[in-house]
Amino acid sequence: MTHDELTIANPKMKAEGVDVFYGAKQAINNVSIDVGTDLVTAFIGPSGCGKSTFLRSLNRMNDTLASARVTGKITLEGEDIYAPSMDVVQLRARVGMVFQKPNPFPKSVYDNVAYGPRIHGLAAGKADLDLIVERALVRAGLWDEVKDRLGESGTALSGGQQQRLCIARAIAVNPEVILMDEPCSALDPIATAKIEDLIHELRGKYAIVIVTHNMQQAARVSQRTAFFHLGTLVEYGKTADIFTNPKQDRTKDYITGRYG
Amino acid sequence: MTFNAPALLFVIVGLALIGWLAGRARSALLAARAGVKLHSRPQYHGWYVALWLFAPAALFLALWSSVSPALVTSAVLETPAAQGLPEFGFERGAILSDARSTAAGRQAAVRLPAAAPLVEPYRQAAQRYGAIGIGAMLALALAGGLYGYSRVGPGLRARSRVERIVMAMLLLASLVAILTTFGIVMSLLFESIRFFRLVSPAELLFGTHWNPQSGAPQPGTFGGIPLFWGTVLIGAIIAMIVAIPIGMMTAVYLTQYAAPRVRRWVKPCLEVLAGVPTVVYGYFAALTVAPALREFAAMLGVPNASSESALAAGIVMGVMIIPFISSMADDSINAVPQAMRDGSLALGATPNETIREVLIPAALPGVMGGILLAVSRAIGETMIVVMAAGLSANLTANPFASVTTVTAQIVKLLTGDQEFNSAKTLAAFALGLVLFLVTLLLNIAALRIVKKYREAYE
Ligand SMILES: Nc1ncnc2c1ncn2[C@@H]1O[C@H](COP(=O)(O)OP(=O)(O)OP(=O)(O)O)[C@@H](O)[C@H]1O
Ligand SMILES: [Mg+2]
Repeated sequence: MTHDELTIANPKMKAEGVDVFYGAKQAINNVSIDVGTDLVTAFIGPSGCGKSTFLRSLNRMNDTLASARVTGKITLEGEDIYAPSMDVVQLRARVGMVFQKPNPFPKSVYDNVAYGPRIHGLAAGKADLDLIVERALVRAGLWDEVKDRLGESGTALSGGQQQRLCIARAIAVNPEVILMDEPCSALDPIATAKIEDLIHELRGKYAIVIVTHNMQQAARVSQRTAFFHLGTLVEYGKTADIFTNPKQDRTKDYITGRYG
Repeated sequence: MTFNAPALLFVIVGLALIGWLAGRARSALLAARAGVKLHSRPQYHGWYVALWLFAPAALFLALWSSVSPALVTSAVLETPAAQGLPEFGFERGAILSDARSTAAGRQAAVRLPAAAPLVEPYRQAAQRYGAIGIGAMLALALAGGLYGYSRVGPGLRARSRVERIVMAMLLLASLVAILTTFGIVMSLLFESIRFFRLVSPAELLFGTHWNPQSGAPQPGTFGGIPLFWGTVLIGAIIAMIVAIPIGMMTAVYLTQYAAPRVRRWVKPCLEVLAGVPTVVYGYFAALTVAPALREFAAMLGVPNASSESALAAGIVMGVMIIPFISSMADDSINAVPQAMRDGSLALGATPNETIREVLIPAALPGVMGGILLAVSRAIGETMIVVMAAGLSANLTANPFASVTTVTAQIVKLLTGDQEFNSAKTLAAFALGLVLFLVTLLLNIAALRIVKKYREAYE
């Protein structure tokens, strides 16, 4: 890989020489990558290759695991996110995350979305909060389905609705980046299509990174694709190039279904 | 012949051993013959015979041991010597049991003169029923053993039969605890009904004056409200004010902050605390906490501060309950999926906010169940209140005053020289019944809540 392919005009986040260890075991080995501001970036690769691990190091969720250790440099808008001066609580408000399994809180739909704005003090009052909640739900494409049942428990929604609720919850704190770790793997095709549409809608408003096992999904939603294998970044480039004209044999083998 | 259950049990175990040997020997002989293929190994045939011999006889033994005393007594009551007995249950019972003990040789002579004429009838009846019981039991053992032995053959599925018999025996064993509890409740119920013939339930439940005297029941002295209030004040209010926050904080610390090494030490320590005999807590309450509180109250100028205070008993009971609450809360918090915690942290919440806003609300139903269980334990707790809360039935909200509880009163009513059969003694059973019903309800409610909550995260 030449350096050219890795550079992006105005990267939102930039990783340089990142290693991640779980105890003595190395899960990510010397990964450098740029995450574009107006782009959707897809991480693909066989199970256990470290996609989730790397994704979690972008918002320091690895900090919650006692055994995990990250070295190298990751910046957000040029700021080192692992610097001692970085407030991890602020960082996670700027870099939101959506998980593989929908995980709404056992609270009402409204309170789920209002959770982030409340703890960060983003709303000036009740009316303001209502507005933030509505806007987030509209953006997540959920408003029409839940506007009459905002008081119902978030856990009572369908799986696909729950996942969009989680996206709305992340959007409500107005992040700059949204990380999604296999957001559709627990959903049926229709709910999956809705989320993919949503990702299209959100592109440009947020920098989006999505981990997926579904090649078609990566091809459909992303503009940049990164292929990971055994903890290393094998190939990174325009999605169209990766899927039609991969430069590495390992990438080709993977996307043609030879292994993984 | 007297009916001596342990010795007889020994006898049928011996017989069963013989049956085991016989069954095994017979099937082994069969197996040795050419062309015979046994379904089960010889041991199982041995067990099959032994169980057939043992189980019916043992069941009969258990049954006969429980009904024969009643049969003997009723036989005795029909003799002319029994006509002079007093009508009242307790006294009558005392005379009868005196005669029974003498007849059985457990004491050299009667203690109550009235019992003397009954000794001989007792001896005779006991012998007669003993002989009947022993004969019937041996006959059953023999019949069972012979039946089992006659079935031994190549086609007998002894292995699966033994399995089934063992299962039935295990089922019986599990019924023992249930049936015993049922029996206890029934006896509580009967004594309570006798009490309620003398004093109305409404008076016990709603009366506000508690001062039972011996002799004929006096109206207006069996009001249970001061007791119930004392129980609630100590067990459900003061103890919980102490135990809930500390228990919850302990659980939060242990599940969210403590290093695995700390957790490994602190958790067993808490569990040990739960095993300390309550009398030890009682000492602590009576000798350390109560005097200190009294001085403190005097310093504050609280009137009638007593050395036996609701506060002392309640605080110590709360301390006793802490491990209970913390372990229930610990379980509930652990049952909240990790994904919930991650979801909150990923939104930029601090661990503290995550605990307050997400974990505790999500764990709350389970914690509530734990609290209800803790309350039911606290109101049934006896030793601490007997030692530290006092026995005067005051209806007061002053935590420095002395109050009494249901359990403490039960102890008071039943200890010391009491004439049985008076309303005063029977009141203890009625109070016990009330306590039993309340704790039963609390337990049912708690278990339902906890179960529902478990289902929510499956
Ligand atoms: N908490 C952890 N402790 C120790 N090792 C871990 C932990 N989480 C992941 N690993 C290891 O790190 C490696 C990368 O795991 P990771 O979850 O990042 O893979 P992945 O690419 O997301 O896989 P999948 O596609 O199955 O989700 C694996 O070998 C895994 O066993
Ligand atoms: Mg993963």
